[in-house]
Amino acid sequence: MLFLLAGNSYAAKEFSVPYPPFSPGIFPCMACHEGLDRNRNKRQLADMHQEIKIIRHGERWCYDCHDARNMDRLRLAGGKQIRFEESYHLCGQCHGNILKDWKKGIHGKRTGNWQGEKQYLLCVHCHDPHNPPFKPIRPEPAPVKPEKTLLNRQPTSK
Amino acid sequence: MKEESDINLTRRLLVKTLMAGAAATMLPLSQAYGAASAIDWAAFFQKRFQELTPQEIGRLIIRLEAKYKKTYGRDIKVKTTPPIDNVEFAYALNLSKCIGCRRCVYSCAQENNLSRKPHQIHYIRVLRFQSGPIDFEKAQHYYDPREVPETGYFYVPVQCQHCRKAPCVKVCPIKATWTEKDGTVVVDYDWCIGCRYCMAACPYKGRNFNWAEPQIPPEEINPNTHYLGNRPRMKNVVEKCTFCVHRSREGRYPACVEACPVGARKFGNLLDINSEVRQIIETKRVFRLKEDLNTDPRFFYFFHS
Amino acid sequence: MKLFNFICDATREVIKGGPLYYSWMAFLLLVMIFAANSYGYQLEHGLLVTNMRDQVSWGLYIANFTFMVGVAAAAVLLVIPAYIYDFQAIKEIVILGELMAFTAIIMCLAFIMVDLGRPDRFWHILPGLGILNLPFSMLSWDFIVLNGYLVLNMLIPFYLLYTGYIGQEPNKKWIMPFIILSIPWAISIHTVTAFLYNPLPGRPFWNTAILAPRFLASAFCSGPAIIVLVFQIIRRFSNIKIQDAALFKLAEMMAYAMFFNLFLLVAELFKEYYSATVHLAPMQYLMQGLHGHNALVPWIWTAITLNVSAFVIFLLLRNIRNLKLLNIGCVMIIIGVWIEKGMGLIVPGFVPDTLGEIYEYLPSSTEVMVSLGILALGAFIYTTLAKVAIAIDTGRLRRQ
Repeated sequence: MLFLLAGNSYAAKEFSVPYPPFSPGIFPCMACHEGLDRNRNKRQLADMHQEIKIIRHGERWCYDCHDARNMDRLRLAGGKQIRFEESYHLCGQCHGNILKDWKKGIHGKRTGNWQGEKQYLLCVHCHDPHNPPFKPIRPEPAPVKPEKTLLNRQPTSK
Repeated sequence: MKEESDINLTRRLLVKTLMAGAAATMLPLSQAYGAASAIDWAAFFQKRFQELTPQEIGRLIIRLEAKYKKTYGRDIKVKTTPPIDNVEFAYALNLSKCIGCRRCVYSCAQENNLSRKPHQIHYIRVLRFQSGPIDFEKAQHYYDPREVPETGYFYVPVQCQHCRKAPCVKVCPIKATWTEKDGTVVVDYDWCIGCRYCMAACPYKGRNFNWAEPQIPPEEINPNTHYLGNRPRMKNVVEKCTFCVHRSREGRYPACVEACPVGARKFGNLLDINSEVRQIIETKRVFRLKEDLNTDPRFFYFFHS
Repeated sequence: MKLFNFICDATREVIKGGPLYYSWMAFLLLVMIFAANSYGYQLEHGLLVTNMRDQVSWGLYIANFTFMVGVAAAAVLLVIPAYIYDFQAIKEIVILGELMAFTAIIMCLAFIMVDLGRPDRFWHILPGLGILNLPFSMLSWDFIVLNGYLVLNMLIPFYLLYTGYIGQEPNKKWIMPFIILSIPWAISIHTVTAFLYNPLPGRPFWNTAILAPRFLASAFCSGPAIIVLVFQIIRRFSNIKIQDAALFKLAEMMAYAMFFNLFLLVAELFKEYYSATVHLAPMQYLMQGLHGHNALVPWIWTAITLNVSAFVIFLLLRNIRNLKLLNIGCVMIIIGVWIEKGMGLIVPGFVPDTLGEIYEYLPSSTEVMVSLGILALGAFIYTTLAKVAIAIDTGRLRRQ
C-alpha cells in the first residue's frame, strides 16, 4: 500500500517514468532500516545484501549513492536527496553526456506516444547500478529460409 | 476413302483426348468455379482507395469488418485514420545499441498480423556483420547463437526505409502503392495485382509478397487495424512496413520501438525540432543505407553509445 | 457479308486437315490441358507453388516473357527488307513473320498473366477501366506498347490476307503507314521491355545502359532463328514456296546481330570485371558462382558456347549455303539466347538479393508445365493462322 502511494506521488515529476526496478519486497528500505544504526564504514557486508556486488562500475560504496539518513532516497554528491524515480540525476553526475542525450530521447528507451504522453525508462531499468552493462539475452529464432518455405499440402478436395 | 476414315479416326481420337483432358481439367477448374460463385463482387469492382468517396469508404469498412468477423470469428476494427497535418515521419536506429535479439521482428509480426504459415513474413530483417564495414554481401541473415550480443559482431536491422524518392512507388504500374502525406509508403492490398515489380525495384528488401493465403491463428490476430496497414491480407499481394500506421497516426510509437529492449529504435516527426529523430539528426552524425542510389530514405542509422 | 464469308471460310480451313494436322493439334491441346491443370493448382494455392520467393521474386515466367518479346520484335527483320528494300524472296513470306510476331505477343501477355498474383484484378491495368501509372512506370508503358504491337500485327496481316481472299490489290496508301509504323514499334517493344529492368538502381546487374542494345541484338538472333526453322517446317508440310534466298538473307542478318550480341557481352564483362566494384557479385554468380552457389554457371557457359559456335557457323554460311548447317546454327542460337536472355538475365538480377542473401532459384514443375502450356498455346495459334494464310497465299482459299 505504502509503495503504491509512493509510486503515484512520483508520476507528476519532470519525466514520467515507470516504477524503478527494485528487487521484490525490498522497497521501502526504511521498513527495515528505520531505527537501525548506520555503519558508514566501508566493509564487506555480512548480515544483509551480501548478494550485491559492485561489478564493472568502479570502486563504489553504498553511501556513494544511497542516502544514509533516509534510505528511501538517493543522494547526489552535493548532498541533495533525490527520489529513486529521479535517479538519472545521480547517474548523470558522471555520465553527463548520456544524461543530456537521455533527456532528448536519444539515449534510452521511451514508450507510449511519439506525440503526447510518453514514459522514459530510467537508466537503472536497463543498467543494474551494481552491475551496469546490458545482460546478454537469447535472440528470437532466425527467419524461415526461402528453400524451406513450402506448401503444407493439406488434403484438398481432390 | 482410306484417308477419309483415317481422318475420322483421328477426329474421334481428338474428341476422346479432349474429353479426358477436359475431365482432368475440371477438377481444379471446378474449384475455381466454386471460388467464382463465392466471388465477392463488391470486392471485385472495388475502386482504388484514393479514389473512394467518404461514403464509399464507410460502406467498404462495414463490408470488410463483416468479412473479417466471418473469417476470424472476432470483431476486427478497420480504421482509416488520415495522416496528421505538419507531420513527416522518420526513424532513427542506433547501431551501437542494437544487440540483434530480433524482438522487433516478432513484435512487428504480431502487431501487423503478418502471415505465420505456410509462408512466414517479416517486415524487419536483422543482419549480422563481423566487426568491420557494412558489406551486404557478407551479411548473415540466419544467425542463431545462444545469446546476443556476441563479441566480434554487430547487427543492422533493415526494413522499409520509407524513401522520399521511393523506387517502388515509381514503378508500380497501377498506383497501388503511394507515399502518404506523412511520408509513409503504403499499399492498397485490394488494388495490387501482384506483379512484384516494386519488389524488384526496392533496394532494401522492404517489401514482402503473400506467396500463399496468409495464416494467423484467430486468437493471435491484432483486432486494432488500419485499412492501409495491418488489416488481414489476402494471398498474392505485396505488403510492407507502414511505420504501424494504425498506431503512429494516433500519436503512438510503432510496435518495434516499444519492443526494442535496448532503446535503439527512435521514431518521430521530422518537422518537429524537439522530436527524438530530429534531435538525433541535429546532434549526431547519421547515415542512410545505399546513399549512392539517391532514394532519400526517411530511415536513419547512427552509432552512439 | 464478305467479311462473314472470310471468317467462315477461314474457320473451315482451320477445322479441315489431315491426320498429321489433327494429331499435332491434339497434342498441343493436351499439353495446354495439363498446363491449365497446373495453372489451376497455382491459382488455388498461390504463387507459393512456384519456386519464386521474396529473394528471387521473378523467375521462369518473366524470363520467357522477355525472350518472347524478342521474338515478336524480330519480325521487323522481315518487314524491313520486304517493304523498305522490296526484297522479293522475303516479301512473299512477310505475312508469316507478322503472324509470328502476333503469336509471340499473345504468349508474352500469357506469361505476364500467369506471373500476376491477382489475374482477377487484371482490369486495374486496362486503360479507361483501371489506373495506369504514366509516365512513371515502365510496366504501364510496356503494357501499352505490347498491346499496340499486337493490334498492328493483327491489323496488317488480316488486311493483307483479307484483300487476298476477296482478290483485291491491297490499298497501299491505307496499309503502308501501319507497316512503316510497325518498324519503330517493334524496336520500341523490346526497348521498353529492357527499360523495365534497366532503371532499377537496386539491381546493379540490370542497371547498365547497354541492356536495351543487348536485348535488341539478341532478339535479332533468336527471333529470325525461330522463323527460319518454322518456315522450313511450313515449306515441308504445305505447298507454299519459300525460297532459300529468304532464309539465307535472314541468316546473314543473324550473323551481324550475333556479332553485336557477343561484342556487347564482352563489353559488359570487361566493365564489370575490370572495375570489380561491389556490383560485380551478380555477374560472378552467373559466370563463376558465388560463395559456393553456382546453379547458373553450367547454363551460362552452355549459352556462351552455343552462341559463339553459332556465330562461326553463320560466318561460314556466307560461303557454304547449307540448310542443315543453317538449322543447326538456328537451334544453337535459340537455346543460347533463351538461356542468356531468360534465366541468365532475370535470375542474376536477384542473386545476391539487395541485402546480400543468396537464394538459388530453379523453376518448379508447376512453372515448367504452365510455361510449356503457353508455348503450346502459341504453337496452336500460329498453326491455325499460318494454315489460313498459306491457303490464301497459294490461292487455294478465295471467295467463291
